[in-house]
Amino acid sequence: MNGTLEPVIGLEIHVQLATATKMFCGCELSFGEPPNTRTCPVCLGLPGALPVVNARAIHFGLMIGLALGCELAQRSIFHRKNYFYPDLPKGYQISQYDEPLCRGGSLAGVRIHRVHLEEDAAKLIHLGASGRIHGSELSVVDFNRGGTPLVEIVTEPDLHSPSQAREWLELLRATLRSLGVSDVNMNEGSLRADANVSLRLAGSDQLGTKTELKNMNSFRFLEQGVTAEIERQRGIIEAGEEVVQETLHFDPSSGAITSLRSKEEAQDYRYFPEPDLVPIATTEEMLTAAREAMGELPAARAMRFERELGLSAARARQLAFRGELGDFYERALAGGSADAVTLANWVGGELVARTGDDDPAASMVEPAALAALVALLGEHRLSVTAAREVLDVLVSEGGEPAAIVAARGLGALEDAAGLAEIVARAIANDPAAAEQVRAGNPKAIGALVGPIMRETRGRADGAEVTRLIRAELGLQPDGD
Amino acid sequence: MNDILALSAAGAAKAIAAGELDGGELFELYRERAAADRLNAFVWVADGPPPPSDGPLRGVPLAVKDLFCTEGVPSQSGSRILEGYRPPYSATVVERLTAAGAPLLGKTNQDEFAMGSSTENSGFGPVLNPWDRTRVPGGSSGGSAAAVAARLTPWALGTDTGGSIRQPAALCGIVGLKPTYGAVSRYGMIAFASSLDQAGPLTRDVTDAALLYGRMVGARDPRDSTSLDFPEPIVLPARTELAGVRIGVPVELAGEGIEPGVLAAFEATLELARSLGASVEQCALPHAPHALAAYYVLAPAEASSNLARFDGVRYGYRASGAGELTEMYTRTRHDGFGAEVKRRIMLGTYALSSGYYDAFYGRAQRVRTKIAEDFAAAFARFDFVATPTAPGVAFELGAKTADPLAMYLNDFCTVPMSLAGIPAISIPCGLAEPPGGGPALPVGFQLAGSAFSENALLGAAFALEQAIAFDGSTPYEA
Repeated sequence: MNGTLEPVIGLEIHVQLATATKMFCGCELSFGEPPNTRTCPVCLGLPGALPVVNARAIHFGLMIGLALGCELAQRSIFHRKNYFYPDLPKGYQISQYDEPLCRGGSLAGVRIHRVHLEEDAAKLIHLGASGRIHGSELSVVDFNRGGTPLVEIVTEPDLHSPSQAREWLELLRATLRSLGVSDVNMNEGSLRADANVSLRLAGSDQLGTKTELKNMNSFRFLEQGVTAEIERQRGIIEAGEEVVQETLHFDPSSGAITSLRSKEEAQDYRYFPEPDLVPIATTEEMLTAAREAMGELPAARAMRFERELGLSAARARQLAFRGELGDFYERALAGGSADAVTLANWVGGELVARTGDDDPAASMVEPAALAALVALLGEHRLSVTAAREVLDVLVSEGGEPAAIVAARGLGALEDAAGLAEIVARAIANDPAAAEQVRAGNPKAIGALVGPIMRETRGRADGAEVTRLIRAELGLQPDGD
Repeated sequence: MNDILALSAAGAAKAIAAGELDGGELFELYRERAAADRLNAFVWVADGPPPPSDGPLRGVPLAVKDLFCTEGVPSQSGSRILEGYRPPYSATVVERLTAAGAPLLGKTNQDEFAMGSSTENSGFGPVLNPWDRTRVPGGSSGGSAAAVAARLTPWALGTDTGGSIRQPAALCGIVGLKPTYGAVSRYGMIAFASSLDQAGPLTRDVTDAALLYGRMVGARDPRDSTSLDFPEPIVLPARTELAGVRIGVPVELAGEGIEPGVLAAFEATLELARSLGASVEQCALPHAPHALAAYYVLAPAEASSNLARFDGVRYGYRASGAGELTEMYTRTRHDGFGAEVKRRIMLGTYALSSGYYDAFYGRAQRVRTKIAEDFAAAFARFDFVATPTAPGVAFELGAKTADPLAMYLNDFCTVPMSLAGIPAISIPCGLAEPPGGGPALPVGFQLAGSAFSENALLGAAFALEQAIAFDGSTPYEA
């Protein structure tokens, strides 16, 4: 084997749409209701029942197509995908085949192959110790989920690492969330991803044999699963053997990859045009309605943060791709006089460190309060250490930064003479450090700052302390 | 009693509305006849009086083909796999007719899943022809046709996919109308071939067909995406001449392969049309001879998918004792479906298979388009196209069961209209001796028009019917 192997990854994403009713009948979507209470003759596949397309699902599909820059078909049709399984009551899934709603497009440099509409299957529950079909005592079907509208988004194989795949999927999720078309919750299955993985010699334009990794239900599992599959394929190729085209299951708890079926066992789905439905004609009115329903998309928002507010690319993406962070940030920015970049760093850094994956709007911190805190910092009326302490209080109790600062005596030392005295004392106590600073070693200044901060309990402004030390030692204020 | 039985459905409706006839008595009269059915035409008969009804069809009992879903009443589509299945809802067309006042008398026997031309493929035994009980009534709506001909019901609902209303109507000497595709909602009809199936009336005369059909169409059904608003109300036909009417006779469907007796009755009817003022000329439907081949790709393809839901999981028959899922599926479908249904599922599955799709399904769709174009060209010159409905009169039970292709040829003259989605009516036009000799049997005359031309079609059929004056009484004795 000469040369390095490059992973080639494509994603197939299933998104449950947040419509009021199912794809082809009037049943409301189910959120944990008792089994088989959200059903009707249509979604149970009873004899004689016929599907009717949910117009809202088409509307959402068009919005997704617009957001991904797809070409929207003026006419698209549904096909039947035929196979037998107990979670598929009609014996076929109504899906789209060679005339999908949307084709082409791209998101953040990853090309979109197609976007189409289909219906979800019902849920099989295997009773018994294993919880899986093998070894179960009894399998039962809950048809509440059956017929839920799904959009399938298929990318071209344009991703080249597990982390890139994960980041791209996060952007896609943010995009779908900002459209309001889905709950996009991977744990609950409203966003599900399959990955097609292959390896090829770096620089080659030939694709290697791919495998399909099914249903990874979190971003972390996607990254782990793809990583494990790349390593598995690398091992096969480096041993001089050939990768077999097959569908695989990744078990996140053991890290094991097992085969679900090989190419030879692949089903012939006998697709043919669904005769119970008429073609979807996409009218100008439908396109206008879809355009008007769309807000600013995460990629555009990140660009705006970067260009108009001067945020770093990474910070801009962080805030824009986690839309709730971007929302919090923009509310704070509007409600105060804080510096945009500093405020962004506080939202994306200090605040997220405290609120984690939760929406900060759900915490006690008011956006305006965080803006006021960052403004105090900008006016040097507060040290960074003190500001962190104030933020702790804001997160746990809420309130106004100025009042917290006053109540806790956290304000910056305004008594310049007092601070100068403390600085002079610190220099006198550590002449060796003072000598090194004077000799031009900037790191040595820390040995002097530390005792000063301890003595002032962090209230001294770091920049002011540095300035005073340098002045006391007879150095230029900003020279290093 | 015989006077009441002699009343057409329209006559009975009028008598009830005028207070001259009691709807309850009428229902009980037919209910008893249907329950004592010696033709195996019924698979279920109401066991008591219906709830009171109102509307233009008030009190006139209606027999309904088994494949229409009727809430709480067995709806089995002639199949053992659905034996005893009682749906939780009723078909739209049944709801509409019930709302118009027609009470449900019973469910009629049929070929399993409407696949057949003799009703011998029923899972519940064959239906006998009331003209000669050694012969078939045609199919697949054979139960409905036999019941109407034998006066076991004033009228009946059937369905037509490739001839399943028109051919049994012809073989039983009654009237059958296959509507324009989309005119009648398919919601609640247990599907055979979705792009072809249409519900229509089987009646003693053209007036009854118009009366019943008028209540089946109207505003499109929001539950059936392929249904359409009917552009005008259906009127009761009154025309007694055919002045200016241009009738085209396609050489491809009215010559070779038609029994001489049938051809003679057909030609006599054309002569009658001329005498009523119509012009009758030859026309061409060059692709019509390929219709049967295309039909036997398309209909089984759709059926193979439509019948996948009968898997033993949720309703109907389930084979017992299977150790795992695939075995349960296989045994349920092996035991539950009859031979013809299995044959067509296999044909359709094959036609849709990867690598064969274009050669079979794709090509058949192209033939279908050509046939529709043939009709469009014909209707540029003619108002109607006329053919014999079926190539022969009723044949003996078992005569064609061993030869599926011979059975399929029964639909030779009716399938082209089904593929084109256009309306066609069959009216009795006389009697003809069967090829092997014996008592004369009814012959059907088929008239087809362009989409949504049902009013014109019923009008012309009515004029012919008056001139033909066919006596529909059968030797059947209750």
